[in-house]
Amino acid sequence: MLYREAGQFKASFAEDMQIFPIRQDRIAMVLLLAFAFLGVPLFASEYWFSAILIPFLIFALASLGLNILTGYCGQLSLGTAAFMAVGAYAAYNFQLRVEGIPILVSFALAGFTAAAVGVLFGLPSLRIKGFYLAVATLAAQFFIVWCLTKFPWLSNNSSSGVISTQKIRILGIAFDSPAAKYLLVLTIVTLMALAAKNLARSTTGRAWMAVRDMDVAAQVIGIPLMHTKLTAFAVSSFYCGVAGALYAFCYLGSVEPDGFSLDLSFRILFMVIIGGVGTVLGSFLGAAFILLLPILLDTTLLPTAHALGLPFSNATVSHIQTMVFGALIMFFLIVEPHGLARLWQITKEKLRLWPFPH
Amino acid sequence: MKRIALAVAAAATLALGSIGTAHAQAKEQFFPILSYRVGPYGANGQSLFGGMIDYLQYVNMKGGVNGVMMTWEECETEYNNAKGVECYERLKGKAGANSAPVFPLSTGISYALIDKSAADKIPLAMVGYGRTDAVDGSVFPFAFTMVGTYQMQATAIVKYLKDQNNGSLAGKKIAYMYHDSAYGKEPIVALEAESRVNKFELVQIPVAHPGNEQGAQWLKVRQERPDYVIFWGWGVMNQTALKAAQKVGFPREKMIGSWWAGSEEDTVPAGDAAKGYMSATWNVAGKDVPLVADIEKVVYGAGKGNLSDKSKLGSILYNRGVSYGILAVEAIRKAQEKYGKGKTMSGEQIAWAMENLDLNDAKLKALGATGLLPPIKTSCEDHEGSGKIKLQQWDGTKWVVKTDWIDGNRQLVHPLFKASAAQFAKDKGITPRDCKKAM
Repeated sequence: MLYREAGQFKASFAEDMQIFPIRQDRIAMVLLLAFAFLGVPLFASEYWFSAILIPFLIFALASLGLNILTGYCGQLSLGTAAFMAVGAYAAYNFQLRVEGIPILVSFALAGFTAAAVGVLFGLPSLRIKGFYLAVATLAAQFFIVWCLTKFPWLSNNSSSGVISTQKIRILGIAFDSPAAKYLLVLTIVTLMALAAKNLARSTTGRAWMAVRDMDVAAQVIGIPLMHTKLTAFAVSSFYCGVAGALYAFCYLGSVEPDGFSLDLSFRILFMVIIGGVGTVLGSFLGAAFILLLPILLDTTLLPTAHALGLPFSNATVSHIQTMVFGALIMFFLIVEPHGLARLWQITKEKLRLWPFPH
Repeated sequence: MKRIALAVAAAATLALGSIGTAHAQAKEQFFPILSYRVGPYGANGQSLFGGMIDYLQYVNMKGGVNGVMMTWEECETEYNNAKGVECYERLKGKAGANSAPVFPLSTGISYALIDKSAADKIPLAMVGYGRTDAVDGSVFPFAFTMVGTYQMQATAIVKYLKDQNNGSLAGKKIAYMYHDSAYGKEPIVALEAESRVNKFELVQIPVAHPGNEQGAQWLKVRQERPDYVIFWGWGVMNQTALKAAQKVGFPREKMIGSWWAGSEEDTVPAGDAAKGYMSATWNVAGKDVPLVADIEKVVYGAGKGNLSDKSKLGSILYNRGVSYGILAVEAIRKAQEKYGKGKTMSGEQIAWAMENLDLNDAKLKALGATGLLPPIKTSCEDHEGSGKIKLQQWDGTKWVVKTDWIDGNRQLVHPLFKASAAQFAKDKGITPRDCKKAM
């Protein structure tokens, strides 16, 4: 009923190739964006902004970055958090050392710095693939974190290695309230998600997917492997770098190299896998699942336990949360190994046929 | 599928309900407690937060602070910065404007909260850890590095070593082995300054988090043959170091830990290897302190104790948790003296009190806490208030206090704080308060 497509005819190539070919999707997306930009700032509390929405968007951006590399181009990487660290420290240093540089420019430069580092660590991908490449990118994880602790110049000789980010000012307007930071992050993430979606549909994206599906065949039909793989690394690291800069400036406000540990890389990898490999939507769904579910469990388990009269302490709840979370991940992957995005796609297909399934 | 949907819906309603409830009631002081009882430092967290919560419970059972009851809620951070921020935001909403001080008990989390707590006007208590230049209250009005900072501690240890060597460390070699994070790096500036003044050689040996692999580091100790090792570890790193020191034959008597590397949680698992190990501390262990004995009687007697493992009662970290409780409650008491007895205090009022705290010997005696922690007198210029430590030694079964209070090298360290705070103010565009006008 909701997804009846009767009467929607495509009369031109442009119409056929638009991002959302179905009218319902377009309306839903416009409504969603309107709600995110206009509705949320009116209703959300400070807690929602700074503890839920901002990290959700930032992690969605980071997993979008990883998804470009792993999902679209098939190159497994464990260095995501390290590229985020590059972005965070680069943005901080551009702000610190270049007089009067606009913050958005330093975010972009942070992305380019991360892209350069990403290409460097992507070079082994020309020779190795699969798990071996994952281990090679692990080197990025350790090397970059080591580098940031080893050279105090990078953290402005801070005695503790922790950097405290500068204030955000754009065109003379201070972005210091949680709502303002949310809108800034939302704008950047929306634009970059749109860019990613378009990139994936373009020649570059098709080349990535060809390499992912079978690199020998891709080479045979004339796709340059080196160029394709390295652009995937560059674009992916660019996204991670910007996400890292936002993580430092808009979310935590102060970061230390240890914060960008392997643990964070794994979390982002889980977001990609749970959300759906090789989809833009999946990055958002995965980030929401991995980030929000523990918070939801955290806030519900204790009251539930109290209501049932169970003698749970905070620590017990924390352990149970880990178990439930693990079990849910396994459940989802058994039910739908292609992630939440695929589940949504199936739902949509069912709705299009409803109420007369084959 | 339908049942799952129902369960999710039910869970979501519960979540929204629990987020929405306001906690602020009359005559209550809400403590947002960012605790960790799981994760790599869970064992330490249990004693620390157990002690703090037991003390709050104790205060309530004695009638509260002029009738104002302490309430609290814990949120598990697992010592993770991002989780800590989420917990802070969640509990902040419940505390409203009447928040008691926040004790994040993690240098990383306190760094992330410095700006936020100042904006929210919630006092951030970093007792014995954290961003040490917050000693300068003119730049950090809502952050309190009370009792002691790492720099003061490091210089006090150097002073002790100097006394052990007839007043001179010239030509000696001291290795500084540290957890390679904000926590371990803070004292380096002070130690480098000391090494220039006292003409000893300083060898820096970082250990990567979490510190259960130290083979290379102790090999280096063996090569360098330092006279002393100053050891800045936390959690699992400490017992590993003690065992490694035994293996390479470095005398534990010449190993001096920081106050986070000197608890029963570190020495007991290390067994034999810990015997003779020295460490700094600003609070004593044991149940000899009248207050701790009384907590056992009153709180645990009524079955309201927080510790599941009662043997931790009176341990170093438990007593430190109790000291946290004392500092917070005394700040609330002090604030009530100025702003109205028997009323709930706002975060701003408590911050004022924490800046004007005077816990002298007489007051500590009245609390039954003589010797538990050093006397503390804070001011706008000095959020530290004490900077004194004692040195203790593990005799194989318990900690034995070896010295009286040793004061750190204030003339050397406090100007460093001042400079660092000024730099912070410049970076962040903060105009420092005039401490002479802040009363």
